[in-house]
Amino acid sequence: MKKWNGKLMLLGAVGTLAMSVAAAEAAQLTVISWGGAYTKSQTEAYQKPWMAKTGNTIVSADYNGGLAEVKAQVESKNVTWDVVDVETSEAISGCNDGLFEKIDASKLPKGDNGASPMDDFVPGAITDCAISTIAYANVFGYDSTKFAGDKPTKVADFFDLKKFPGKRGLKKEAKVNLEMALMADGVAAADVYKVLATKEGVDRAFKKLETIKGSIVWWEAGAQPPQLLASGEVTMTTAYNGRLFTPAVTENKPFVIVWDGQQQVFDTWAIPKGSKNKDLALDFIAFSTSTKPLADQARYIPYGPARKSSAPLVGKFQDDKTDMAPHMPTNPANMGNAIVQDVKFWADHYDELNERFVSWIGK
Amino acid sequence: MHSTFDQKALTRQLAAAERRNKVKAFLLVLPLLLFVLASFIVPIASLVWQGGYSDTFANALPETSKLLGAWDARSPVSEDLVKSFVTELKASKLKDPAIPTRVATVVNREQSGSVSKFKQVMSASDLASPYKEKLSALSSEWDKPDIWRAMKIVAPSFTPRFYFQAVDLRLTAEGDIKPETDENAIHLLLFGRTLMVAALVTLFCALLGFPIAYLLAHAETKTSNMLLIIVLLPFWTSLLVRTTAWIALLQQNGVVNDFLVAIGLIDNDHRLVMMYNMFATLVAMTHVLLPFMILPMFSVMKTIKANLVRAALSLGATPWTAFWQVYFPQTIPGLGAGCLLVFILAVGYYITPALVGGQSGQLISNIIAFHMQKTLNWSLASAIATLLLIGVLLLYWLYNRLVGIDKMKLA
Repeated sequence: MKKWNGKLMLLGAVGTLAMSVAAAEAAQLTVISWGGAYTKSQTEAYQKPWMAKTGNTIVSADYNGGLAEVKAQVESKNVTWDVVDVETSEAISGCNDGLFEKIDASKLPKGDNGASPMDDFVPGAITDCAISTIAYANVFGYDSTKFAGDKPTKVADFFDLKKFPGKRGLKKEAKVNLEMALMADGVAAADVYKVLATKEGVDRAFKKLETIKGSIVWWEAGAQPPQLLASGEVTMTTAYNGRLFTPAVTENKPFVIVWDGQQQVFDTWAIPKGSKNKDLALDFIAFSTSTKPLADQARYIPYGPARKSSAPLVGKFQDDKTDMAPHMPTNPANMGNAIVQDVKFWADHYDELNERFVSWIGK
Repeated sequence: MHSTFDQKALTRQLAAAERRNKVKAFLLVLPLLLFVLASFIVPIASLVWQGGYSDTFANALPETSKLLGAWDARSPVSEDLVKSFVTELKASKLKDPAIPTRVATVVNREQSGSVSKFKQVMSASDLASPYKEKLSALSSEWDKPDIWRAMKIVAPSFTPRFYFQAVDLRLTAEGDIKPETDENAIHLLLFGRTLMVAALVTLFCALLGFPIAYLLAHAETKTSNMLLIIVLLPFWTSLLVRTTAWIALLQQNGVVNDFLVAIGLIDNDHRLVMMYNMFATLVAMTHVLLPFMILPMFSVMKTIKANLVRAALSLGATPWTAFWQVYFPQTIPGLGAGCLLVFILAVGYYITPALVGGQSGQLISNIIAFHMQKTLNWSLASAIATLLLIGVLLLYWLYNRLVGIDKMKLA
């Protein structure tokens, strides 16, 4: 009996060993994104089809942006993330710092209409180390039950505390806020970054922000603005457009988005330098940024696909009732007064303006 | 004869045994020693080191660093300097394509716009002698001394500039120290605010914790066990959950305001603002840190003999005198330990104040986190953290002089 037991154990050990070897062969990719409805849209449109196609598995995890974790992994040469969803400006600064692998965009698949990838992606969507999936917009929204008469329609209304009383939610970062302040102060969309590049322009933006400083509630995570609106803590807040869309459509919250002065930003895939699954990561990025998956994602969240060939394929929301086109930042009706975030400007001025912004908040 | 031999052997044996014991004892504490070394001493040493050392520039452009060191920061830059800058920058790309932009990022912290100026140089293909003219053809910025002065500042590997920056001073290219501009100066203000918040939280914890600890120590065992569990309960809940709970309680449409409106104490249009201000920071931090005050006080009060107070009372002391002169002095070790614990924890707090404190919740740890996560200026983050550490050590030293650390009892 004892002998038998020993054999059984041996058999078991061999079995476990064989299983672990098999597990090592089936490839596993770690994909990091922002969580919530956004990660869900990626899982449905990119991850699941890719897993079905290749037989590999994807482990998803959330983070809150920033390059600190990537930097720590790359510098300690212990890279556990394979693909990370980063904003273009961070993709560029991370690329500058050597934190991301270079990606040859010309090797990406052609668009469904036959267009070469370099022509198919909208301008600015491809950078040295990162390929864009979608463009989202920084907009502001309000709770329509809070204002009986006139409703806010212009970016300047956000700063009008007399006409539209109540607290304002703003992201605790210089980016977006300074541009918004200038547009509210009457600077034309095309001139925003020209003005912001001068000392007077920066002073002007801060002066405009100063007018509502006492009424600002700062947020940091994308999930906060809808909560602030829902709890009545603020009457108006800036937000990523998808975060206001989802509660408004699926939970009938009285949230209204003002598209005037919207600021579009790309979200991109990047590969941390030294990823152990670089080839697999590239395959996943090539797949998920192809025409159909990008269009499919719009079924779950109103973010504009980075490929032109995806736009005609965008249809209805997952409830099969709501048309997605009017909720897209790229919809012509929403583009009346819009800017695309200037990543080159922010690469040059990020440190200087954030330093001043942080000390302005602190005082 | 025989006995001396025995004695010698005995001494030897004894010494050997003692040596063995010593080795054993050392081996027993060795894991702890290594753990402390690896998880505490080494990180702190590297923190202090990183605050004063940054070799990105000097590593990539060694010759240029030397020439910049010799330059007086005022006269026009020499052709040699420009030549070495261009050739070394171009050469550094061959080692690792990320180096030039990494260098540009470092220079950009002193001079905004340097990133795109460096990019121009990297993408220009026809840079040859005379380098100076070629560069100024690229952009007139290269004619101005500003970008060169910025490079001179970041060129040395060993530099006090991060420590200066941590106390709102700037190092100039000439090596002078000038105060930070008003709109950018913030660190000293935040150091002060952090210490003030920590001191207030410690005070509130002491005032609230003392009676609770007293109750715990002098109630019946059954009741006091129950109370102790209630005190410890928050420890089993995540910090974020506790903080978010305060948001739900204190916000404009929160539980407290709803209650006050319902009982008619305040008007619906004039709800109290208790969130995103200093009040919320103090309330939430006091709540989170209170157990750290209660537990050491409780363990000290538990050992105080009740008959001492009784003796004082029977000798004619008023209840207040008996408490103040007999009971209270015996609680000092616990109170001291609690205050020290709470204060040190409070100084490093940042999640709670950042979530509930709004503008005033901006403390020095937020700035450290900001430079760690957003600007990736880890040297500046290290310098600020080092100064915070020194500040806490100074307070600890002061505490030791005033109260005496040997009198402290943690549990």
